[in-house]
Amino acid sequence: MSQLLAVMFDGVAFGMLLFLISVGLSVTLGMMNFTNLAHGAFAMVGGYVTFALASLAGWPFLATLPVAFLATMAIAAVFERLLFRYIYETGELNQVLFTIGFVFTASATAAYVFGTVHQSVDMPAVLTGFIELGEIKLPSYRLFLVAIALVITVGVVYGLEHTRFGAMVRASVDNQKVARGLGLNVNRIFALTFALGSGLAGLGGALAIEVLGLDPSFGFHILVLVLIVVALGGLGSVWGSFVAALCLGVFDVGGKYFVPELGSFLIYLFMVALLFFRPQGLFGKR
Amino acid sequence: MSTDPHLWLRHKARVSPYEVAFWIAALIVPYVLLPKYLALASQIAIMATFCISLDLILGYAGIISLGHAAFFGIGAYAAGILSARGWGEPLSGLLFAAVVAGLAGWIIGFMIVRVQHLALLMITLGLSFLAVEVANTFDGLTGGADGLLGIDTWKLFGIWKFSIWGHTSYAYALGVSFLIFLLCRRLVHSPFGLTLEAIRENPQRTTAIGVANRRHLQWVFTLSSSIAGIAGAMLAQTTKTVSLESLGFQNSAEIAVMLILGGTGRLYGAIVGTIIFMVARDQLSGMNPKYWYFWIGILLMMVVLFMPRGILGAMQRLAAKMSRS
Amino acid sequence: MNALETRKLDKSFGNLVVAQDISLALPAGARHALIGPNGAGKTTLINLITGALKPDAGEIFLGGHEISGLPGNARAKRGLGRTFQINTLFVSLTPLESVALAVCERLAVTGKWLASLARRRDAIDEAFDLLSRLGLAKDCTKPTRDLPYGQQRLLEIALALAGRPSVLLLDEPAAGVPTSESTALFDAIAALPEAISVLFIEHDMNIVFTFASRITVLVQGRVLTEGPPDEIARSPEVRAVYLGGAKHG
Repeated sequence: MSQLLAVMFDGVAFGMLLFLISVGLSVTLGMMNFTNLAHGAFAMVGGYVTFALASLAGWPFLATLPVAFLATMAIAAVFERLLFRYIYETGELNQVLFTIGFVFTASATAAYVFGTVHQSVDMPAVLTGFIELGEIKLPSYRLFLVAIALVITVGVVYGLEHTRFGAMVRASVDNQKVARGLGLNVNRIFALTFALGSGLAGLGGALAIEVLGLDPSFGFHILVLVLIVVALGGLGSVWGSFVAALCLGVFDVGGKYFVPELGSFLIYLFMVALLFFRPQGLFGKR
Repeated sequence: MSTDPHLWLRHKARVSPYEVAFWIAALIVPYVLLPKYLALASQIAIMATFCISLDLILGYAGIISLGHAAFFGIGAYAAGILSARGWGEPLSGLLFAAVVAGLAGWIIGFMIVRVQHLALLMITLGLSFLAVEVANTFDGLTGGADGLLGIDTWKLFGIWKFSIWGHTSYAYALGVSFLIFLLCRRLVHSPFGLTLEAIRENPQRTTAIGVANRRHLQWVFTLSSSIAGIAGAMLAQTTKTVSLESLGFQNSAEIAVMLILGGTGRLYGAIVGTIIFMVARDQLSGMNPKYWYFWIGILLMMVVLFMPRGILGAMQRLAAKMSRS
Repeated sequence: MNALETRKLDKSFGNLVVAQDISLALPAGARHALIGPNGAGKTTLINLITGALKPDAGEIFLGGHEISGLPGNARAKRGLGRTFQINTLFVSLTPLESVALAVCERLAVTGKWLASLARRRDAIDEAFDLLSRLGLAKDCTKPTRDLPYGQQRLLEIALALAGRPSVLLLDEPAAGVPTSESTALFDAIAALPEAISVLFIEHDMNIVFTFASRITVLVQGRVLTEGPPDEIARSPEVRAVYLGGAKHG
């Protein structure tokens, strides 16, 4: 029983991580219908920022996290202005190919700078042990993950629901044309959302090092999971992504633990079947 | 100026001298000038066939698939397993692979024609991951991560041996590719081919004039899967091995790169793109693969930004500009 | 027997009622106009009839046969043609190819994947003939996207006519056509074969009163009134809708 709970908790923590990485993509996809397969590459960028600071420059792990967020955000903003904005009107296929090209280039660059080996970072002592709750021993890093993800979820939801910028984002997701008609500068709102979402992905990537490890193909590997979250959750739906990420995390970890030979097989099968019957995702409107 | 509609349509479908020259060159150049590269040439012919199959669904019918390699791999495993289990006759192996891959395509097609946009991308992507997982799980049949071994391809027509020099392989691959190309060329100039383009352009309108969109799309998807399967089977027969990678996302992505590079919706785009991509990879194979992917990525982004209709599309525009001035 | 009949069609999106209890009947050869302010549900009604939308309740009959359960393309095959308010064309194909395709579909040869399109002389001749009658022959081998807007509107009609419909639904055929090009469009509508029953949406009252033999006024998803043009023109209810604040555009 306690083992089941521990695995469940592991899954929840993993799901939270997936949510952090995916939520930005869900919002930007809902807003511009820009099929961005490069989102995972920004998670990788955040991961390498933290790796470089923590393992190469000797910073404490926790101090690198805000930098991972901000640096990824800045890098994403630059690329959005330099490259991505030219392909919003070019159709799905071109967006898919362009962003895949971006991932190829980003991952080759990472391989050039950091090598192709699996990297890890040193954790502070507080995050390495276990915390005992009655009979259950919970790894403190997983608890930390859940806590940080919950704080950010509350922040994102509050930001979307109760701030002026959030209202503009929601209006743009709801109906881009109407939002433009109301005089909103959707392109600028998008650019900012894109940067923020990528920043969150970067933070997620930094936090993921301890769970998944880090190598140049991280952008590709995480992409599939991120896309599953976004597609199942429904474009532009934060709560949808949250629930989808939690389910995926629990299923993935549980599946790999209890039926290792079928683990990922079941996930893909479930995704294909669900998308077939509900192409708009679990919570999507369109 | 008023045009004779019959003449115009016939002109559009006519065989140009460039085409004839291209196929003659494809036959002669590797044998006479580049005999060392026959193995590469046959791989190019095989991948070009695969690329044409993607062009049918993506370029003509507008179905974006990120997992077409699944059918390539299914064909490769079908022919490979048949051969490893004792039947290595190549042509019947091709036929077997075509049927198996086509059947898989037909079944998957029920799903494909009912979804669009992100859901379509995700489903094709998911299916290709599924295919890898399945092949990996049934490693007794497929050899799993070690690859399928023990493929023995019998002599072509009982006469020509598939040697390591690739003389037979190239003739075989080129011959099959050529036949499939002719078939596809016929298809795109048929009423069915025109209907596919119309569905790609505007499915709402085709419905309004009575076209059963889904039935047409499912049929072309089946046909395309079958052709991809034939290409995979040829690779299995000529290289005498099948790996899990043949099913995977990387293969799907690379074939899409080749198609976009050459230009979609024109058949020759698929061929030209494949030739350039494969030759470049061969020439740069000394290079570390991580750099290779750096340039592939740059190339993809450049093509989308500056040559959205591919190399052939850009050349066509250039030619039109020159003839006007 | 009516060429087209709808019985008590209902449709709503959530709380928004877009069609309520709509019953219409078009006898053979009718020229029936559908007018009403913006958002009255005119295009929705056409979408319900063609099967682009599914009604919540009610039935649709084409030539006496119920078609309510048929998918859109099957309704088209039974003789229900339509045009769209916003050009819905094959922009990179030529008009010749577009219309030839529509003819091929009527001849049930679009599934033939080993036949040559250029050898379907019957379909090509018919397509070219139709294009000539609508004055589109000159540029029929240019990509559709290069055609002037008025000609694209005519191509909309050509595509619908290629299926030899018994009932034709025209959704604002003259919408956005500049006056310099409108004569050709008027002529095209006037020259529609008499046997075809036409239901058309139009805001241009000139066109409505020139062509319609009967008019239905829709307001907020409901039939406000129906009758011959002179009666509608005199109706105080209609005047109230059109003149009393509710603008038509």
